[in-house]
Amino acid sequence: MSSTSFSAQNSEPKKPKASTKPAGPKWHRVGHDLLVIAIMLVLLAVPFWLLIVTAGKTQAEALELNMSLPHKWMLFQNFATVIHDGRMIPAFFGSVIITLPAVLIAILFGSMASWILARRATKPVAFLYALGISGLILPPAVVTVMMLLKMIGLSGTAVGMICVYVGIYLSTVIFFVTGFIRTIPPSLEESMRVDGAKPARIFFSLILPLLSPTIATATILLILYIWNDVFYALFILSGKMDTLPLNLYNVASAGLYLNNWHLIFAYIILMSLPLLIIFALAQRKIISGITGGAVK
Amino acid sequence: MGSRKTLMKQNYPLSFLIPAGVMLAIFFIVPTVMNFIYAFTDWSAFKNTINFNGVDNFVTLFKDGTLMRDIRITLIYAVCIAIFQNVFGLLLAVLLEEDTRLNRFARVMFFIPVIMSALAVGYIWQAVLKTDGALDQMLSLILGHHVTTGLLGNTTWTIVVVSAIQGWKWMGLAMLIFLAGLKTIDSDVIEAARIDGANGSQLFWKIKFPLLAPAFTFNVATSLLGSLNGFDMVQAMTKGGPGGSTEILNIFVWRTFGQGLYSQSTTMSMILFILVAIIALPVIYLLRRRERNVF
Repeated sequence: MSSTSFSAQNSEPKKPKASTKPAGPKWHRVGHDLLVIAIMLVLLAVPFWLLIVTAGKTQAEALELNMSLPHKWMLFQNFATVIHDGRMIPAFFGSVIITLPAVLIAILFGSMASWILARRATKPVAFLYALGISGLILPPAVVTVMMLLKMIGLSGTAVGMICVYVGIYLSTVIFFVTGFIRTIPPSLEESMRVDGAKPARIFFSLILPLLSPTIATATILLILYIWNDVFYALFILSGKMDTLPLNLYNVASAGLYLNNWHLIFAYIILMSLPLLIIFALAQRKIISGITGGAVK
Repeated sequence: MGSRKTLMKQNYPLSFLIPAGVMLAIFFIVPTVMNFIYAFTDWSAFKNTINFNGVDNFVTLFKDGTLMRDIRITLIYAVCIAIFQNVFGLLLAVLLEEDTRLNRFARVMFFIPVIMSALAVGYIWQAVLKTDGALDQMLSLILGHHVTTGLLGNTTWTIVVVSAIQGWKWMGLAMLIFLAGLKTIDSDVIEAARIDGANGSQLFWKIKFPLLAPAFTFNVATSLLGSLNGFDMVQAMTKGGPGGSTEILNIFVWRTFGQGLYSQSTTMSMILFILVAIIALPVIYLLRRRERNVF
């Protein structure tokens, strides 16, 4: 860095900055940006580059894992292969029919319970609240859940899987929503009550809409957890139904795609697309939702 | 008083608790109770009856060394992840704190691993780290001779490598939470400290870091819990190997279940439950108390 450019920097009038850091000289800024780029190259570009180039290779080429470009891009042929041979379409619909109802039911039931748990301040209710959020910390008993579903005839079905997810994630919803309702003044409900509205009406037309920011956060978290889950799905669905991660697990470990890195990686790209698209579209909202819900 | 109670009942009917209560009772509480019962039976795929056999499962698991080994591995895994995820997350948050265009772009990029499935992340990193994988290839090219790092074949260090990858997956979320914490710090406090002559590192360790306590609680709690309940990442990267050195409790639960040894599987599931209860609850309690002392 030459001394002329340094002094030129200093002679510039200092602008007031809203940020918490002092406005450093320009070389500082450039150094920072180079550091950010270097970290991104090492931590993100390497694995994602490997993912994309390998997914575009032929089987022979993909056997030896490296960062070089494919001689001939086969990405879309590989996509076609995994969609066709990997039974990806039924797995996608399996994921959708399980994730959507599970999230909706957990949010609805959780919010209803949270309203009561937040407003009624008695000892028994406090105990119920503690019980309600215990699942946030304590792990579900996955083997006996499976046995229970067998006993009531729901094992291997979407309904059984939905019920298990609702049971696991209700705690998360109750935790987020109860905390949020406590910040809503109860006086808002009074005017409706004066007009003779019943609790159900007050809940659905007043409380539920007010909850939308925290419900948005909980929805994002639940979709992330449920869409990507493989552990519970392995036990509960036990091969009778497919979801995307379960299918990826099966094809990658069944030997069908053993060392077929190009197909595994093509599958991973396709499987990640739905959530990536949702994230790309609602990125700002998702980020503010998650941070807003967590640190209060 | 009496009328207030009836008003409460009228305005906030307990019936609203029923749907969630029923689901929680059937699909969470009942299985948990069953877990504590079936752990003391000889339930397996090889018998038609289920009989109580006392503490036989515990004795068997303890004697062949699996019980203590898997508990130890699970604890190491959880502690390593709590450290990696928070250190990575905090470094990223400090690095990307200012709202420049590049920083905003980097924040979005670091969030992509968070939304990907842990299974997929596990396969990608297996391809990078396995013997003669992408890392070995790159190092061989740079150094000019054949290099094998063997990061996934080491009975001592592989568990640390796997937890670092788990930290990599979640660091974007930890970063966001820390960033949100940094944003809530009052700029007057920073200004006052600077006028008092605090330098950059003093400003960070004496002012910002303590004020990040709530973000810290959230991150430590979620990383601890996530890793104690971990499965996907380890299954994708090592399947518990080499030589069982990365066999966290849930890997054992799945493996033993697959062998038809249901009651042993249940026993380990119960051990996990107890482990989480005696570790996570006090940790969260202590971190909460620390928050209160800061403010």
